[in-house]
Amino acid sequence: MPTVVVAGHGMVAHRFVEALRAADAAGEWQVVVFGEESRPAYDRVALTSYVDSWDPAALALPGSDYAGDDAVELRLGEVVVSVDREAKTVTTAAGHVQPYDSLVLATGSRPFVPPVPGRDLPGVFVYRTIEDLDAIRAAAERQGRGRRAAMVIGGGLLGLEAAKALRDMGLSPHVVEMAPRLMPLQVDDGGGGLLRRLIANLDVTVHTGTSTDAIEADGSRLLAKLGNGTELDVDLVVFSAGVRPRDDLARESGLDVGERGGVLVDATCRTSDSAVYAIGECAAVEGRVYGIVAPGYAMAEVVAAQLTGTTASFPEPDTATKLKLMGVDVASFGDAHAATEGALEVAVNDAVAGTYKKLVVTDDGRTLLGGVLVGDAAEYNTLRALVGRPLPADPGALLAPAGGGAAVGVDALPDEAQVCSCNGVSKGALTRAITEDGCDSVGKLKACTRAGTSCGSCVPMLAKLLNACGVEQSKALCEHFTQSRAELFEIIRATRMTTFSEVVSRYGTGTGCAVCKPAVASILATLGNGHILGGEQAPLQDTNDRFLANMQRNGSYSVVPRIPGGEITPEKLMVIAQVAQDFGLYTKITGGQRIDLFGATVDQLPEIWRRLVDAGFESGHAYGKSLRTVKSCVGSTWCRYGVQDSVGLAIDLELRYRGLRSPHKIKAGVSGCARECAEARGKDFGVIATEHGWNLYVGGNGGATPRHAELLVSDVDTETLVRTIDRFLMFYVRTADRLQRTAPWIEELDGGLDHLRAVIVDDSLGICEDLDAAMAKHVEGYTDEWRGVLEDPDKLARFSSFVNAPGTPDPSISFREEREQKIPVLLGVPEVRR
Amino acid sequence: MTMTSSWTAVCAAADIPEFSGAAALVDGQQVAVFHAGEGWYALSNWDPCSGAAVLSRGIVGDARGEPVVASPVYKERFSLRSGQCLDADEVSVPVYPVRVRDGVIEVGSP
Repeated sequence: MPTVVVAGHGMVAHRFVEALRAADAAGEWQVVVFGEESRPAYDRVALTSYVDSWDPAALALPGSDYAGDDAVELRLGEVVVSVDREAKTVTTAAGHVQPYDSLVLATGSRPFVPPVPGRDLPGVFVYRTIEDLDAIRAAAERQGRGRRAAMVIGGGLLGLEAAKALRDMGLSPHVVEMAPRLMPLQVDDGGGGLLRRLIANLDVTVHTGTSTDAIEADGSRLLAKLGNGTELDVDLVVFSAGVRPRDDLARESGLDVGERGGVLVDATCRTSDSAVYAIGECAAVEGRVYGIVAPGYAMAEVVAAQLTGTTASFPEPDTATKLKLMGVDVASFGDAHAATEGALEVAVNDAVAGTYKKLVVTDDGRTLLGGVLVGDAAEYNTLRALVGRPLPADPGALLAPAGGGAAVGVDALPDEAQVCSCNGVSKGALTRAITEDGCDSVGKLKACTRAGTSCGSCVPMLAKLLNACGVEQSKALCEHFTQSRAELFEIIRATRMTTFSEVVSRYGTGTGCAVCKPAVASILATLGNGHILGGEQAPLQDTNDRFLANMQRNGSYSVVPRIPGGEITPEKLMVIAQVAQDFGLYTKITGGQRIDLFGATVDQLPEIWRRLVDAGFESGHAYGKSLRTVKSCVGSTWCRYGVQDSVGLAIDLELRYRGLRSPHKIKAGVSGCARECAEARGKDFGVIATEHGWNLYVGGNGGATPRHAELLVSDVDTETLVRTIDRFLMFYVRTADRLQRTAPWIEELDGGLDHLRAVIVDDSLGICEDLDAAMAKHVEGYTDEWRGVLEDPDKLARFSSFVNAPGTPDPSISFREEREQKIPVLLGVPEVRR
Repeated sequence: MTMTSSWTAVCAAADIPEFSGAAALVDGQQVAVFHAGEGWYALSNWDPCSGAAVLSRGIVGDARGEPVVASPVYKERFSLRSGQCLDADEVSVPVYPVRVRDGVIEVGSP
């Protein structure tokens, strides 16, 4: 069996292994990968986001450990130090000798550190790996009190990323750039000027057009001397002045290298030795090195194709860039600097709106060559795909402010236009996947074509393409309603109907079902229609809501009293223990910091609640599609590291949102410091204390597809925080689909998290007042659902085992003992269905 | 119409609201009695898909006009008329005769 050895395990190496394994189902190739870092390939493009969570898992690339794949051997922490091309072997630092039939060099780049005196001092760092960030963090935390400062050398893309990371760590960053503007490679003077102004507003000091002459140690601090005479007194320095290809292995083994470095390869990514390939940032394809991931991915695919017997060559690379720097959109694509002969520039610099947009077109003004967008890059995807093609309208009209301009639609794109540049997927390929392979959802398109699976910026275009192909993504709730849940919510809110029978007779058909009835019941409950078992509502509820407890597999129920924030007195603990003992209930601590009591029959439920309610407990809504718990760590009251009172806030939030009926369950968390012991970023909304206030993260969940919540607002005070969560929840409750949790809801919002922020922070739709009023009404109208049953004989009467023999226990429910507690005995073993 | 010899009175019709069900003990068997708007139905309370006696606690509605109850455990739907499971051909539950006399619901032998 031939062996391919891969030297390096970064994003491009991982893509190569994935592509090879996908094309080589029979396992013709044995793959041996040597990775220098201690962990498998991770999403280095998103490195800066590591600061949000300090969790390396958040950067993990799916499948990059090749678990369960016998054809791939991944050797981490083992770097290739030499290649013997004659013997066809590589040798690692540990002395291991590995033969190869084909060798793929994917050694990436090293940060470029210019020869500035003092660059070796403690407190001077580079910005490339998770370990680099860990080291920067350790240094940032080691310093004394007060606002600390840091200097970033390099004002390009990476330098601004580093500045953002430092700012997120609570330091005041200075950015020093040699060129007269920020991001000199990507943007022009106009864009750079606006970018500088927007970045400066974010507490970053920018120094352009100056060198760094020396760094000197000054006690525990560093003194940086700039070429323009400025002296900066900082705690640490980060070099991010570009990268250089790591071509040492090639040089030492006699392979050709490019004039400006990089392993020289042809368009098939082959080096001067036909058994050796180079891909990614270490490769110089026909002399040119690419420092971004998309061309690297293309190289990986090219080599994988050749090893599996197909010919392929490196396509015209797309070096377009779009990123969000500290909330500022920056994008450039094509010939952004108008280098083409006769190229014309059309620019709109709107200082008031904070946007700069430039298109570069041919001398006749009809063909798009490139462009720069700063402040608002909404049209990036369509414009980028139009490069080299006739413009659908006059360039000036395309740049006009939204609403007045000629929008570029997906229809305007030719089939060859790349919609997903990360994975090189054209509009034509997507259209074929929709019309020929039957992909009828964004999810299926992603799985089938890989489009939208890397940076995700083209996802909105995928949905538009589906629509353009006539694929109706039905939002109909069920066979009884053609409307979506969001539409029904608005209908019920506007018409003020209060019963399901009225809703189904006016806006639906038939008598309803187990899908639409609970959905309408939830909407009625959110809009405040009294107790959820009141009026005609009881028969609409799923069994959990109908019996205000969680049905278990033998038909018995479990009971969860609310323990806000997980804080409980010994007296209350004793009440729970006594109730569990008296009713013979199995007890377990839940993941949400409360206690679940299992094995109650329908007729026991009110008796159990009465004991709990008398002791001051209330329903914990463990059964509802509603707020479950707000988990908290112990916070600044006890914890040595806590910076805010996380328990106090968690209790306030849990009491504020208790009982709020929603499309799906809502879980929340509050952590008292960045160590994040409450795992708030795994929640629908998570709050993490900072020294200046709170950071709010939204859209996280555990479950089958875990997701980390993303930062919505940072360093806000408690009042702003609560107002923002109010709006977030109310907007979600009103507009999400049935059983759609917050993560997919945000993902499907047109514009995603940015749109959400615009709506609930900047009030772009003018609905915040209404959302605030709706939440105020909820908070004011809350009552305990258990107490509501206990105080109403009619409702109580429904809690009996048998309508003709109340008090007779259900003979089908029985228990046996395990680990000193009772567990259900099942009658027959059901096949668990999904 | 039905050839049942013995009827058991289980409760007043008013005890089971429209589009809901209740469990009753009939000759030691658990029976789920449903009020489906247009009429009354009775099935075995035992849900063969989960092994729990819970069908009376399911949501009552219709599937393309056929009155159904959805099991509260895994949501399989059963025809109230025939006991046939609409989501698994090989599964069905026994059907009981049911009638209302003078406002009282009576369930017969299957």
